[in-house]
Amino acid sequence: MNFKPMTAIAALLLSVPTFAAADADDDVLIVNGETELVTKAPAPAHLDGALDEVMSGWHFRADETQALEMDDFDNPGMLAVEAAAEVWNTVDGSEGKSCASCHDGVEQSMKGVRAVYPKWNDAAQQVRTMEAQINDCRENRMGAKAWKYDGGDITDMVALISLQSRGMPVNVAIDGPVQATWEQGKELYYARTGQLDLSCANCHEQNYGNMIRADHLSQGQTNGFPAYRLKNAKLNSVHARFKGCVRDTRAETYKPGSPEFVALELYVASRGNGLSVAAPSVRN
Amino acid sequence: MAEGVKPRVKAPKSAAAGEVVVLKTLISHQMESGQRKDKAGNKIPRSIINRFTCEFNGKSVIDVTMESAISTNPYFEFEATIPETGDLKFTWYDDDGSVYEETKSVKVG
Repeated sequence: MNFKPMTAIAALLLSVPTFAAADADDDVLIVNGETELVTKAPAPAHLDGALDEVMSGWHFRADETQALEMDDFDNPGMLAVEAAAEVWNTVDGSEGKSCASCHDGVEQSMKGVRAVYPKWNDAAQQVRTMEAQINDCRENRMGAKAWKYDGGDITDMVALISLQSRGMPVNVAIDGPVQATWEQGKELYYARTGQLDLSCANCHEQNYGNMIRADHLSQGQTNGFPAYRLKNAKLNSVHARFKGCVRDTRAETYKPGSPEFVALELYVASRGNGLSVAAPSVRN
Repeated sequence: MAEGVKPRVKAPKSAAAGEVVVLKTLISHQMESGQRKDKAGNKIPRSIINRFTCEFNGKSVIDVTMESAISTNPYFEFEATIPETGDLKFTWYDDDGSVYEETKSVKVG
């Protein structure tokens, strides 16, 4: 009897993580064989009683999809980042400026930016997302046309800027001047909408790890956004994803860039405080 | 020439003689299938990379024919045995006649 090889095979089978079950796995996300990202963290204090642990959506994906995010060469989102890096240095608009004219190298000037957005803008007296900030720069400093809020140009640029914070913990402020907006976002998160009468929490807080038809429900964290989705072969912004989710509850959606979605983005981002920024991520 | 086409290759700089190395290649390309129609209902002509080859010191490693169902930004990962120091030459052939090339040297020893 070849008992030993059989045991070895059985042991091997047991050690391979199964993704037939929808639960989050225990894999470790190391990018390019060097940067380890925090994909599981104790839930921030404001989630007391709701969640114990927050998890990046990476854990809910199949091994093959996970692998795409572990190597920048394999990550299709990096193509968009490269394209945006060219745009960063390209002059646009009536002022004859590019992003680099004011901000110099993106690697230094944008380090850590993504981790704290959306955040309060004192001059504008409002909560600003990165998209809003980029378009403000384009219109008021560069004299260029604003990009479509959830279009390809701006999402690629957000990915380039986000990449500079990869590995840094998400740390958006929820108190002070942003508190009212944050509360509004929380309200939206728990409000049931649409003909299916579903709130964000029904799926992403109460049922993460379970199947929704043929797919796995994640916690709906935004630390990996913009996310390259295999289903549409491009980077997807947070608001585009919100729109898709709200539409799936068969509700009329808010518009990308609307105050409602900005509030929701702030709240959802704060639910991921402590996770590493992992943009651009790869999802199915 | 199609827009935004850029070949990329990931290959080791050195290897042991006879070692099997992993090569990763990707070319950014829209890969317009020829099956789609524009808003006016006219067929958008096919524009894809139709052939990809890899040679080591002039000897064929892989030769791929691509058809219209291949995804955008085609990615190939394959293995090659490196017997001696030499050059890996990667070539992509576009429908519009463009040829894109990339060369990587691998040192043995």
